[in-house]
Amino acid sequence: MAQLDARVRHNPLGSAMTWMAGGSLALSLVLILGLLALIASQGLGFFWQDPLVQFESTSGATSLGEIWGSERVELASGEVARTRVKIGNRDLYGLDFRWIADAEIRTRSWPADAVVLERLEWGDFFGYFDRLETGGETLREGDRIRAALPALLDLKRDQRAAIRELERVRIGRVNSALERLRLEKRSLELRSKSGQEDSAAVAEIDRSILERQAEYEALVVDLGTLRREFEAETLQMRTADGRSKGLPVGHVLRVVYPNQMSAGQKVGLYLSRAWEFVAGEPRESNTEGGIFPAIFGTVMMVLLMSVAVVPFGVLAAVYMHEYAREGLLLRIVRIAVNNLAGVPSIVFGIFGLGFFVYFVGGGIDRLLYPEVLPTPTFGTGGILWASLTLALLTVPVVIVATEEGLSAVPRALREGSLALGATRWETIQRVVLPATIPGILTGVILAIGRAAGEVAPLMIVGMVKLAPSLPFDGEFPFIHLERKFMHMGFHIYDLAFQSPNVEAVKPLVFAAAFLLLLVVLSTNIAAILLRNYLRRRYATSSV
Amino acid sequence: MMDPNLEKPLISVEGLSLWYGQSQALKSINLDIPERKISALIGPSGCGKSTLLRCFNRMNDLVDGVRIDGDIRYRDSSIFDPELDVNGLRRQVGMVFQKSNPFPKSIYENVAYGSRIQGVRKRSELDSIVERSLVGAGLWEEVRDRLGESALGLSGGQQQRLCIARAIAIEPEVILLDEPCSALDPVATARIEELMQELKTRFTLVIVTHNMQQAARASDYTAFLYLGELVEFGATEQLFVNPAQERTSDYISGRFG
Repeated sequence: MAQLDARVRHNPLGSAMTWMAGGSLALSLVLILGLLALIASQGLGFFWQDPLVQFESTSGATSLGEIWGSERVELASGEVARTRVKIGNRDLYGLDFRWIADAEIRTRSWPADAVVLERLEWGDFFGYFDRLETGGETLREGDRIRAALPALLDLKRDQRAAIRELERVRIGRVNSALERLRLEKRSLELRSKSGQEDSAAVAEIDRSILERQAEYEALVVDLGTLRREFEAETLQMRTADGRSKGLPVGHVLRVVYPNQMSAGQKVGLYLSRAWEFVAGEPRESNTEGGIFPAIFGTVMMVLLMSVAVVPFGVLAAVYMHEYAREGLLLRIVRIAVNNLAGVPSIVFGIFGLGFFVYFVGGGIDRLLYPEVLPTPTFGTGGILWASLTLALLTVPVVIVATEEGLSAVPRALREGSLALGATRWETIQRVVLPATIPGILTGVILAIGRAAGEVAPLMIVGMVKLAPSLPFDGEFPFIHLERKFMHMGFHIYDLAFQSPNVEAVKPLVFAAAFLLLLVVLSTNIAAILLRNYLRRRYATSSV
Repeated sequence: MMDPNLEKPLISVEGLSLWYGQSQALKSINLDIPERKISALIGPSGCGKSTLLRCFNRMNDLVDGVRIDGDIRYRDSSIFDPELDVNGLRRQVGMVFQKSNPFPKSIYENVAYGSRIQGVRKRSELDSIVERSLVGAGLWEEVRDRLGESALGLSGGQQQRLCIARAIAIEPEVILLDEPCSALDPVATARIEELMQELKTRFTLVIVTHNMQQAARASDYTAFLYLGELVEFGATEQLFVNPAQERTSDYISGRFG
């Protein structure tokens, strides 16, 4: 018994250390979950439609809006309670928000016919219907507008899509054809300077340019017709304080009657707005609409980076671990690689700008696109250069993880392969590398984690606030590596600090941050699942 | 040292000394390995028997700081010839290791590995090589229905026979076995010993073993090494029944080692 007692007696210091270790883990978890909860709670409420409240103040003024919070402040006259109201109608009032002192509020009411219009421009409109008219002729009035609107809005959506198709696709195609012809002509001229005359070819090109220009004129006329149709109907609205405002029905994206909605309808609206945020394009200098291009840019850049970093890092690690002779030089190289991981990312950004953009990109432009110069093609920031810059930034992580994976491959496996007459390279390729894949993927997971959150270096190698088109589309060659791209990290920064309407976009900042976390998390989870699958498949022992 | 003069030697070790850095592991060994027989190398731990075995297919090349003096002649040419293709030598002289080391691939791919390296691509050809080798290693009946499964799911004895199948798939002349049964239970050991008797009709076998009963049961010739020296080499029966050297008789009767 005495012996047993001695064995189960706890070492008091050891037990304290266990508590400390467990405690710090718990603290980290609480911090992470707390951060997530904060971001989610701040961001996810944004899509919920609150009721519209009409305030009448003691001075007789009327305002209509959503309540966004309340606070008590010390003023010279003593402590005052006040309510923050989003009144919308930026085009009329200049600001979206107004503080209303509680003491001045005479009545609050929730008028059933209050309307929220989500618009293409100027943010939300809060008010009441007045008339629906076309060309000065009244179509409907008052409450009867509501019945006519859904069909009309559908029509407008189709017209909007048609205009967009005409602008982006058909006119875009003619424009790029014109641009190509212009460049062909220019390269012919460049060549003719060096002696060869080819006036026949130039004339041919000039003729095609004229043809295309005629085509372009015709399309522009079509576009004008479409536009006029699109803006034909006008909705005359009335604000709570009696001003009236007319706006083309085409500019209305969605009509909401918040004071008449059931909970189910509100949930539906919430989901539809959240989806619009994820899948839509930004409007109003990114303060409205969705952030899809930013999500797309982030994911595509991370994928391109992974494609670039894996071969690079793995080959370097294989050379260092399998071929290079252990010695001072190798030790120095290892230390250098590890230190590379600690270099501030902005330094990599500057290097990327100098090396990739100006040197490599500039060289490519001179060789392959001389006719476009001085407008750069690859000689300016783009998604390829951004990905390569991040690949440089993350290559040490991949090297270190791969080297660890290589050391974990049992010697017996290599010997087994060599003893069958395989060369060293065959052994590495067929036995060692497959067994190292889980280690390599661990490196890639760490690299993705770092790359997806990196913003600073990207700002100088191709990331922009608003990219006109995605780096991947239906136009040949489909992947446009030279294009600039949007990125969620920069989007968040831009919303939070560069936006003209900071108060209104604050929840959007949180929503975007939440989405960025989700994107990083899901990329990581995908990589981890892949790694676990491969680990089972290439396990080096049965245990 | 002692020539088993009845047989034509396939491998002749001539005055072989080997150093790991400063320490000498083999001291001027002379030994002839006869063709299509089983030769056993016995001796206490650290006597150099595995080192000697690993010289035959130049696996010692992989160890840093190894220095070799003397020669090993295989089919009358030196295996240390700088012109020699080491991978070619290893295809001729196969090896089975102490701890079974199947690749983390399917049973089929393990056996087909050597042939694939040599550029065999045709499925039918690989199929027949795999079947022939697994039959040869006495494993075919047990695994014929699960060739696509991972080799790591096999038992220890099966894994070791898979490694033998993998070695004979590329039709070597010599198979080196480095304590192939040390991690196996007696039943699996008996299976391997039985297999060795079948294999010696087609291959020359050299086995390193700790287990003197195994050497006595399974081999035709036995070499006793002690502290890097070859003490005695002769027909197994003679060496165990009537050893010429006192150290040999001390060792096999269990007085040391």
